[in-house]
Order: sequence, then C-alpha cells, then structure tokens
Amino acid sequence: MRPILLQGHTRSLTQIKYNREGDLLFSSAKDHVVNVWFSHNGERLGTYNGHIGAVWTVDNITFFNSLSPSTCIAASKLLLSGSADNTAKLWDVRTGKCLHTWEFHTAVKRIAFSEDDTMALAVTEQQMGYQGAVAILKIDSVLETGEQDEPFVINPEPTKAVVAAWGYLNKYLIIGHKDGMISQYDWKTGQKLNSKHPHSDVITDLQMSPDRTYFVTSSKDKSAQLFESNTLNPLKKYVTDCPLISASITPIQDFIIVGGGQDAMQVAGTSRGKFECRFWHKILEEEVGRVKGHFGPINTIAVHPDGKSFSSGGEDGYIRVHHFDEDYFKFTYPEFQHIGA
Amino acid sequence: MTAFDVNNLPASEDEIDYSDIEAKYQVPFEEGFDNIIVVDKVPIVEESKKDKLFRTMRKIFRTAGVGEIKEGGISMPMDLNAETGKLASKGFLFIEMETAEQANLAVKQLNNHPMDRSHILAINRFTDIEKYSQLKEEYVDPEEEKFTEREHLRSWLTDSQARDQFVLHRGDEVSIYWNRKTEPPEEIHKRQYWTETYVQWSPLGTYLATFHRQGIALWGGPSWNKIIRFVHPGVKLIDFSPNERYLVTWSYEPITLNNGIPGSPFGMEDEGNQLIIWDVHFGALLRSFPSSTSPDDTSNKITWPMFKWSHNDKYFGRVTVGQQISIYETPGMGLVGKKSIKVEGVADFEWAPVSERDKEKDKSKDKHGDKKTREEIISFWTPEIGNQPARVTLMSIPSKEIIRTKNLFSVANCKLHWQSNGDFLCVKVDRHTKTKKSTFANLEIFRVREKDIPVEVIEVKDTVMAFAWEPKGERFVIITTNDPAYGQPSTTPKTSVVFYYLDKAKPVNGTQTVANFKLIKTLDKKTSNSIFWSPRGRHVILTTLRSQSTFDLEFWDLDFEGTAEQKEAARQDPGASLQLMSVQEHYNVTDIEWDPTGRYVITSSSMWRHSAENGYTIWDFKGTQLRRYLLDKFKQILWRPRPRSLLTNEQKKKVRRSLREYSKVFEEEDALAQTSVSKEQIAHRRRLMDEWNAWRKRVENELAEERELAGLPPIDTREDEGVEVIEEWVEEVVEETEEIVDE
Repeated sequence: MRPILLQGHTRSLTQIKYNREGDLLFSSAKDHVVNVWFSHNGERLGTYNGHIGAVWTVDNITFFNSLSPSTCIAASKLLLSGSADNTAKLWDVRTGKCLHTWEFHTAVKRIAFSEDDTMALAVTEQQMGYQGAVAILKIDSVLETGEQDEPFVINPEPTKAVVAAWGYLNKYLIIGHKDGMISQYDWKTGQKLNSKHPHSDVITDLQMSPDRTYFVTSSKDKSAQLFESNTLNPLKKYVTDCPLISASITPIQDFIIVGGGQDAMQVAGTSRGKFECRFWHKILEEEVGRVKGHFGPINTIAVHPDGKSFSSGGEDGYIRVHHFDEDYFKFTYPEFQHIGA
Repeated sequence: MTAFDVNNLPASEDEIDYSDIEAKYQVPFEEGFDNIIVVDKVPIVEESKKDKLFRTMRKIFRTAGVGEIKEGGISMPMDLNAETGKLASKGFLFIEMETAEQANLAVKQLNNHPMDRSHILAINRFTDIEKYSQLKEEYVDPEEEKFTEREHLRSWLTDSQARDQFVLHRGDEVSIYWNRKTEPPEEIHKRQYWTETYVQWSPLGTYLATFHRQGIALWGGPSWNKIIRFVHPGVKLIDFSPNERYLVTWSYEPITLNNGIPGSPFGMEDEGNQLIIWDVHFGALLRSFPSSTSPDDTSNKITWPMFKWSHNDKYFGRVTVGQQISIYETPGMGLVGKKSIKVEGVADFEWAPVSERDKEKDKSKDKHGDKKTREEIISFWTPEIGNQPARVTLMSIPSKEIIRTKNLFSVANCKLHWQSNGDFLCVKVDRHTKTKKSTFANLEIFRVREKDIPVEVIEVKDTVMAFAWEPKGERFVIITTNDPAYGQPSTTPKTSVVFYYLDKAKPVNGTQTVANFKLIKTLDKKTSNSIFWSPRGRHVILTTLRSQSTFDLEFWDLDFEGTAEQKEAARQDPGASLQLMSVQEHYNVTDIEWDPTGRYVITSSSMWRHSAENGYTIWDFKGTQLRRYLLDKFKQILWRPRPRSLLTNEQKKKVRRSLREYSKVFEEEDALAQTSVSKEQIAHRRRLMDEWNAWRKRVENELAEERELAGLPPIDTREDEGVEVIEEWVEEVVEETEEIVDE
C-alpha cells in the first residue's frame, strides 16, 4: 500500500471529505484555503479562495438519499466551508465561485449538510462573550432567493458543542460536547431530546455510518466509541493509548480507522508521538493493523464511499491517500471464512 | 428497672427509683479536669511550712521544664492532727496547670521524681484517679471470644497448575491476577481505592499491605478480606520481618496522644516516636522508637529499612552512624545484653543470611528442645579514623564475639554484599586513584564457611557500578566503568560487564589447592547498569535502566550447553557456556522483576516516573516476549512472593528424577487448554458477530419503515446510474523510423 502524498497545504489540515462518488477529495487547512483533488492520482483540481482565516471545516453535498430528488440543488454540486474568519461559505464545486456567505459572531468549527442537502448545520465557537451555538442554515431557500433569514440557533448545554451531525431523515441533530457528552437535539425547537456522557474528555470527531443509523466518536480520552443514533446506546468501544482526533467507519470491511497523537507541546523530547492510523475491527473491538507515515498528529481521516481507499490529513500539513491492497479485501478471521465466502 | 405497676405506686417522691435516669444522664467526670494533676508522697507539713513547700513545688516544676503552675493553682487539704492538735497536710496536693499538655508533660517528666531521699513524688492525672477509684475490687474474667476459623492464608499455593499471582495497581484500581501460560492474565479480585499510595506484599506472600491515612491494612486469603490493621497516622514506609512475624512502620508525623482516635494503641511512652514495631498475628504494638537515633541528628534523610532483621526474626538492629549498633531481641524488644555495641565510626552493618539447610537444622533443633542454637553473624565496617585504618568486622550475636576482622587502607567507601546462603561476604571497597579524580575498586571476598575465614582479593581497575551474587550460587556479576561521564546526570556511560565463578580446582598430586574466584568473561562496550539474577540462579538479565536513550534488555544463560561440542568446550573454557539468549527492548522501562519461580519476568513502565507508554510486558526466562500491555495510568506491578518449599531435598530430588513422567500429564493439560481457549475465543467472536448482525437487521428494518412512512423510496445500497467509467487510452510513440521498401 503505497500512499500518495498530497502537498498542497502550507499549514495543518483540519478536515478532509470525499465526494459522494469518491473521485474527488476536499481538504480544508489552517492556510485559509480549501483544495480539491483527484482521489485516484492525487492531482490538484483547484482551490476555493476567499476565506481570510484558518478554514476549520468542509463538507460536500452528500446527495446520497435525497429526500426530494426534484429539488434544484440536485443538478448542481455544492461545497460548504467554515472558517475562523467568522464566516461559512457556499461554493460551486465546478467553478470555484462563492455562492453565498453567512456571517457569524465567532469562528465556524464544524459544518455539515443534512441528509437531503436542503439544510446544513454550522457549529460556532464560544468566544468573545458569545455562547457556543449550532446554527441551522437553509440551503434551498438561499439558492432560490439568494437571501437568508436569520438562521435558527441552538445553544447546547451544559458545555459548548464541538462537533455535530444530522440524523437520518433529518430526525434530529447529534452533538458532541467539550466535556465528552453526546446529545440529541430537535433542530426545529432547539430542545434536548436525549444525552449520554460516555467520554471523559473533549470529543474530537463524530462521523455517521452511510445510512446514519449509527455513528462513531473519537475523544482525547484515548478512546473511540460506536453509538446507535436513535437511542444513543453505546455499541462498541475502542481503547487506545493516545489521544484520538479522528475516527471513521469503513464500508465493505467491518473496520473503524482512528488516528490522533499527543500534542507537540505535551510530547517530551525523545518520546515518539504515535502518529499512526489504527485499524480496529468494528464488531470484535480488536486492533487489526496500523498505517504509519505522518510526522505530526493526525487531525482528520476520511474513507472513500466505496471503501477502496482512505485518506488522512495531519498536523504536518500533508494528506496521505492510501489505496487498499488486494489482501485488505480478503482479510477475515479464520473462523468466519466460510461465512465470508 | 422494674416494670411500672399502677397498683404499687411509690408512696412519696423519695421512694421513686431514679437510678436509671441518673445513669443515663450522668455527666462524664473527666471533662474539664484535664489540666489538674494529683501529687502524692509529698512531705507532710504543718500550716507554717505550707508556703515553703509550695515554693519548692513551683521550683521543681519550673526546672523540669514543665511550665508554670497556675497562680493559686496548688491546693493542699489539711486536717487536724489528733496528737499535736495542729493542722497538718495529708501528704498529697492538687496542682492546676495552664493546659492539659503541661499536665501530661508533668506526669511524664516528674512522676517518680525524687524530691529528697525519702520522698519520691508520684504524679497522676486527676481524671485517672477518678478512673482508678471506680475499678471493681473483684477480678472478673474477660469474656472469651468465640473462635472463628481464619481463611487459609496460603491457598494460592495450592493452585493445581502452580501459577503465580501478581498485583497490578493502575489509576485508583488495584487488582490481583493469575499469570497464565498462554492466555492473558486472569483477574481474581479487583477493588477501587484499595490503597491511598501504593501496595506491598509481605516477604512470604501471605499478606498484601495497603496504605491509608490512618495506617496499614493487611489483606489475604481466597476472599481477599481484611485480616488485620495497624493504626499509625501518616504512615509512609513499612518493612516486614523475613518471616512475617513483625511489621515495622514509619510515619513522618510523630505520634501524638491527644488526636482523639478511638481505640488508639498508643501510650505515654510512644509520644513523639515515628517508628513502630507491631506483632502481625495479634496486631499489638510491641515497641515504638524515635526516628533518629541521636537527638542532635537533624538530617531528614531516612534510610529504609531502618531496622535490619536477622533471617529468623529473632533479632533486629539499627546503626547509629559513627557510634554504635543497637541489636534488639524479639519478642521482648529489649537490647541484647542490655546495651548497644559501641563501635567508633561504624558506617553500616548487615546480617548474614543462612542457607536452607541451616534453617532446616535450626528447626529440628527447636523440635528436640536443643537449647544450644547457632549464633547469628553480623558484618560491619568502619572508615579510617585518624591513624586507625578502615576495618571490616564479623561478629556473632548474641555473644558479641568478634570472629574476624580485616584492616583496609585508603578506603573511600565500602559496601557489604552477602551471598544468599551466607557462604560468602563480598566487600566492595572503593578507593580513590592518586589524582583523586576517579575511583577504582577492590573486591574482598570473605569465605565465611571455611576455617579462619580466608579473604580473597580481586582488584578491579575501574569503578564498580553494580555487584550481584547469583542466588544460592558461587558466581557473581559486576558492572564496571571508566567512562569520565559516569556520575553525571542524564548521560549513559559506557560500561563493561564481568562474570566471575569459583574455580574449585581438583587436588593436584594430592595437595589440596585453594578454590579461587576466576574470571568467566568480560563483555566490553555495553551501556548496561543493572543486574537482575533469576531467583533460581543461572539466568541473568542485564539492562540499562532509567536512562533516557537506551532501553535494552539482555537475557543471558550461564550454563548453556546446547551441543556436545559446547559441553566439551565448557570443560576447558568457563566462558563457553555463557550464552546470550536474546536481546530485547522495552521502551521507557522503569522496573524489572522476576517471578518467584524464575519462569517469567515482568518489565514495566510506571507513571510515577514518566507518563509515556506506561504499561508492562511479560517475558519468559529466555527473553521471548509473551504479552505486552499498554495501560494508561499504570503505577505498579508486583509478583506475589512464595514461601520456602516444604519439600525436603530428598523429595525434590525424587521429583526431578521422574520429571518426564509428570511432564506428560502437564503437556496433555496444556494441549487441552490451548484448544479450549481458541474454542472459547471463536465462540465469543461468533457471538459478537451474531449480535451485531441481529442489531443491524432490526435497525435496517426500522429505517425502511420510517422511509416508507415519509414516502421515500428504500435505500439502494448502490445506485450506479450517473456513474460514468471513463477509460483513458494513453498512446506513446516510442520510436518512429521510415523505411523505403524497394520492390
């Protein structure tokens, strides 16, 4: 498995995302730029310029199980980005044109399209006297009218939201909090529906399964956990020995990929930082393999929708795209061989 | 109290029996009288001499450093003497002090104080007098406690597979595990907040000691219940006697009497002391000692263990550096011969260990009631004082006879290393070179078992950093260095490892030659700084411990006889059977411990020293890594020690002879366990898979239903429409030539 090294950013990566077909890879970084790459060969297709602060988050429309196939968005390809310049921007993927800009009081730390792509959520930072919040953005009305009413805002309690995602059929929002709590919110009323406190430190990533019925969280408490979306019941737990910053679910094989590492500030001189992507068996909760390469903490991991490759973006400013070898697809525990075949 | 009877009411108020109410609401007498003392055996004086007596009293108190007596705080009851018709005192008086502490001090300092030849003051606390007067005159037998059978404290030794246990301390959790051959360790018992600081096994493994603010608790038996506890506030260090009969505890807080702990075991004489010796069986305080031996010694340095025990728990002693060695006897806790051994300048001492055979002999002697027991041996050394050279002395206890001395010259420091059977004593003598910039060492080996105790000297040119005898063996390993970087912090000096053995040459031409220690082999260009012998001897681990860059582990075998050729070669060259079996690394290793049987080794990395990659690794004696665990907040791991085997030498020999027969059974068991393990694991995995699949099915159905309700089509897992496969043909012209073809 020889990785392709994408050296297009001059500062640390913050988030990477495949598009729905998996041929494109979007990346956001602290160097104010969003890049788009061909995922199969690592060639850079273009950049989205316009932010004047570190770009914290990026999301491409999923259009996976669109609720309203007739909607006009279906024809176009959209990209959202959120930045430390207190704005979220909507881009046309093909032309690189900025279609709309939302302005907030504080930095946008996480952004995510809803399942039908008609809406998006934006998690804003708690700073300068403003409470941390989750804003609901109406994408369809912005596209139709070019105007946006004041977005509906949820103020998650008791600690600020750091990551968030939509449930299937836009039933609710799942929010990961600073103190390790996860909660379910009604995005129409802003009410808390359910909450659990499974992690003991800040939640660093939250990624949905393809059908959004379960999700994985990673945390600085050195563990990743799997939850059922509807009930927030814990399903699985993966305990490692270093703080985790990202976790992703793989299709085809039943794996979870986690990554992270000690902050440079906490690593004493000679100690190794453990900057590896670790593969865990999703169901058996056993570690099955590791991929080395980065020389800084791994900030973000994304898996190709087909499950044929995965990419990691690091604090070192590189993206590494890995296409799985033949034996990855053949991997199975000996006792399950007859089941697999 | 009799029952209330309407028909038999008391006639008047006086007849009512109030005794029960009075008993219930009785005011405790002690309160408020803590600062009053009673002085007895005072001279009987007449009225006229009263003031003079009071003045003398005040003077006595003042000079004793007790403090001032309260103004008008002395009262002396007087009575009319029938003979003389004058007022005379009754021979006692009451004194009121300012504080209760002063009163306590007065009792401590002035009780039995001779006022003059015929009057020795007897001082008691006023509250005590009250207590004594209420004592019953008749003796009543204390109620006999019912006998409750204790748990079998050595039950872990009856394990059919002879597995060993260890205790693991991680975060706030303490757990006991069985170490297993092929499978991961099996947890037996786990408790949150079992200890407040750390845990410690007793030397024979019977008890697990936990540390608490109030004192020490010992745990054990199959249920891991508390067996006994010892109240000692602020206890920090403990030490068991070798046979677990006594426990020494040390606290940085001197004992105070008025800290109000109910059931406090401390008496007057314990006040201010920091060291306590306990009886482990009964939990009784036997004696307490002050922490430092001389009153002017203000250094805070604590050398632990402070008391050194003889192998049979019979004696214990400590050294007052530069002055004396105090040897105490058990169970009486008194000094042997009622006084300490005065040795000017004494620096350190050690007890001689004894071999298993000697222990056996002692036991049979005890059985036959033989009074003449073997004497114990201590060794101590004194540095050069004035013209007197440094000296190592062997002395027998309790007779305090000097057996052997040896004078040493130009000594910088000495270290006494006894071989575990007490056969040899190696004194490592450090000496300065002429330039005084570096040191070199001599090894002076006393052969204690031989007549007149001959001493052999081995000269080493370099500094000896580490020395270790092979347990029960006749070999030793030293680590030497001549690296100028030695002794500087955060460097890893280059070292050499040297192996020695006792060459028992056969008598040549009928003349008995003296056995000598000879070199086996020197390994140069190492960084090793620590030696860990297997408790059974033969195998040794050399490591570089607590350095910042090197973490190597070398597993050596001293009796390696792989092939017949090697066997032959070993006869000629002692170094031929020395074999490096494995070189390993444990990143950031902080501690190494062999299991008590010498089968396994645990190397660990504790958060007490650093926070990177904490956890532990289990190796076998050959240096093969068996299991590795990275545990966050890992603190401590300790093998449970084993007591001495109960088998006699003959029985052991018999077992060894028929090992092949026994091993057959065990091999079968192992094979069986192996298959059952993997079966278990397969079943476990399959169960997890089935659970997951069932859950997925349920959730997928739910999702499909909800989508239908919302009027949406079911999810196609893969919709291929809209996906174009673009094939790109790249043609490259490699070469173009033009040829004209003629017809």
